[in-house]
Amino acid sequence: MFSLQPRGYVSQFWSWGSPILALLLTAAIAGAIFAFMGRPPLLTVYTFLISPLFAPEGLANLAIKAAPLILMGVGLSLAYKANVWNIGTEGQFTLGAIFGGGAALALPDATSWAVFPAVLIAGITGGMLYALIVAWLRTAFNANEILTSLMLAYIAQYLLIYLVTGPWRDPMGFGYPQTAMFSDTADGPRVIEATNLHFGIIAAPVIAILAWWILGKTSFGFQLRVLGQAPRAARFAGFSENRLVWLSMAISGGLAGLAGVFEVTGTQGQLTTTISPGYGFTAIIVAFLGRLNPAGIIPAGLLLALTYLGGDAAQINLGMSNAITGIFQGILLFCLLGADVLILYRIKWRKSAGARA
Amino acid sequence: MQRRSFGQMIGAGAAISALPSLARQAQAADPLKVGFIYLGPVGDFGWTYQHDGARKEAVAKYGDAIKTTIVENVPEGPDSEKVIADLANSGHKLIFTTSFGYMNYTLNVAKRFPGVFFEHATGYKRAANVSTYNIRFYQARYVQGVIAGKLSKSGVAGYVGSIPVPEVVQGMNAFLLGMQSINPKATLKFIMVNSWYDPPKEADATKALIDQGCDIITQHTDSPAPLQAAASRGIKGFGQSTDMAKFADTTQLTASVDLWGPYYIKRIGDVLAGTWKSTDTWGGFDSGLLGMSPFTNMPADVAALAASTEADIKSGKNKVFVGPLVDQAGASKLAAGAVMDDGALSGMQWLVQGIQGKLG
Repeated sequence: MFSLQPRGYVSQFWSWGSPILALLLTAAIAGAIFAFMGRPPLLTVYTFLISPLFAPEGLANLAIKAAPLILMGVGLSLAYKANVWNIGTEGQFTLGAIFGGGAALALPDATSWAVFPAVLIAGITGGMLYALIVAWLRTAFNANEILTSLMLAYIAQYLLIYLVTGPWRDPMGFGYPQTAMFSDTADGPRVIEATNLHFGIIAAPVIAILAWWILGKTSFGFQLRVLGQAPRAARFAGFSENRLVWLSMAISGGLAGLAGVFEVTGTQGQLTTTISPGYGFTAIIVAFLGRLNPAGIIPAGLLLALTYLGGDAAQINLGMSNAITGIFQGILLFCLLGADVLILYRIKWRKSAGARA
Repeated sequence: MQRRSFGQMIGAGAAISALPSLARQAQAADPLKVGFIYLGPVGDFGWTYQHDGARKEAVAKYGDAIKTTIVENVPEGPDSEKVIADLANSGHKLIFTTSFGYMNYTLNVAKRFPGVFFEHATGYKRAANVSTYNIRFYQARYVQGVIAGKLSKSGVAGYVGSIPVPEVVQGMNAFLLGMQSINPKATLKFIMVNSWYDPPKEADATKALIDQGCDIITQHTDSPAPLQAAASRGIKGFGQSTDMAKFADTTQLTASVDLWGPYYIKRIGDVLAGTWKSTDTWGGFDSGLLGMSPFTNMPADVAALAASTEADIKSGKNKVFVGPLVDQAGASKLAAGAVMDDGALSGMQWLVQGIQGKLG
């Protein structure tokens, strides 16, 4: 048997080394799984992780997939720093899409430049309000935010299904569960004309850098970090824990809402019953892989976005199931958490109970 | 005709006739790459399974002259546009997108790849390089309705609906028209589960319909769950897309069976021969795209009536949607003796008198 003993210090080197180690381990384990399945491991890993980058439109697809992951990963990193465990960004993303989409549907003929900002603000508001339900339950009733935010994510999905199959269903859509198309004005401008490259791909890194600055250089950022690392010290210093819960839920929910509204206006142009392949949950892996540091979120978001593209590439080029996206993401998180444990603790072997007797 | 026997026939036919010339051709040139976009996993039954079975028939027919690629579990959203474009980018010259929700994304990609041919199932938008194809599923519904009219004691049938698109509305109307051709007082209740595949919801809907007095069940969803739920209550039902007898051998009366094989073989052949054109195909019993699995668990006279009804529809003697047709509110929708045209049929969003409940 063995036990885990605190090391008493955190290696600066390994705290950034562990995501890279985890990635290498994941590639090795995935390669072993592929080999076990009778596939050439190197070619499969290459197809999954490298080839999408060189495919036509590969970088554009990567940016589109990474934008929501980075936006949500940044929000989560702030919340997690403060020990506020928002697991329900998927739901806040959905509410952002619903509020933003609702605003777009309410303004079908408006052509003012102000429409798109209004749609974005509606989306941010939707995600934020939904996250604040969690903050309220936590501060008023001490309800565990892990449970409440996760459960609200499922409610959000059913709310979306209700709206697009009920009151918001496109009357001209032959009964299909989808809303009318948004106007071009509400869909917002494009980075490159006539593509899906919406401005979320610019907003995501800009917001990440802004958050990095706030966390590192402002007193609010300092409060968040102290609260996460030493809650008692934070209380002695007069930082209000409740205020930070409200603020970090508002920020992570608002950014998830922004991701949701960018996604539906930027790539879909309407609401349907499926608006996310699980971005909100993947963003949790992004946050940890990026070391809860908004600057680290950018490469982490790009890597996880790559796993989505890799799933398609493996299916098309190798005839494999795209379930390998989920498998890869799962192994990556597992290796990362495992490596993180070993940064904080050392393994101490001891004799088994049987030997002692 | 059953799917399997059909597949064997195609396989045997291919072995005798078509292959020698094609095999030579394949050695000379690169194989034609054909892509398929699937909504679900292939699995063992249902919509995607039938498409994949048809793909295999085409592979058996053309051998090395073609190389097929499937992409499964593709959601009907912007991801589908990316996957369709991926196929076009990787040298696929013919791409089948096999669910309605891929319609706009298929057209978007088709615009960017004028040299690639696209085939979109069940949609209504076409382009110079985009064809559409569909099956007249309602013909099989009418035959099911006739059987239900004979077997139902309460005169109330239950319809486990998916999404109220015209295809499903046609199915409900055709089912009740068939049932009313035997029992003019017959009525139909329905529940939409708002999904094509959701076994727990399908089973719940089935039980709710039975609790409301329905004594025969049909389904427009993909899983055997309604049949199994009906079996647990001792009620008979109809399979969907695939012969589902192996899941409910004492419950399934018959199943409507999707047979995309002849279409896939023809369209791939057209591309190989360089004669592909954008077309709109809507085939029923007569085209070989729609079949019914054996009529079982019913008296011989009912099975004979069902078979003759199928034959009448196949020969064109019975056009299914023939006036007088009256909607739920009692308004006339089609004059006596008139036959509904395909335009009105393909946009159908009203229910015939005797169906209880409202669309969405």
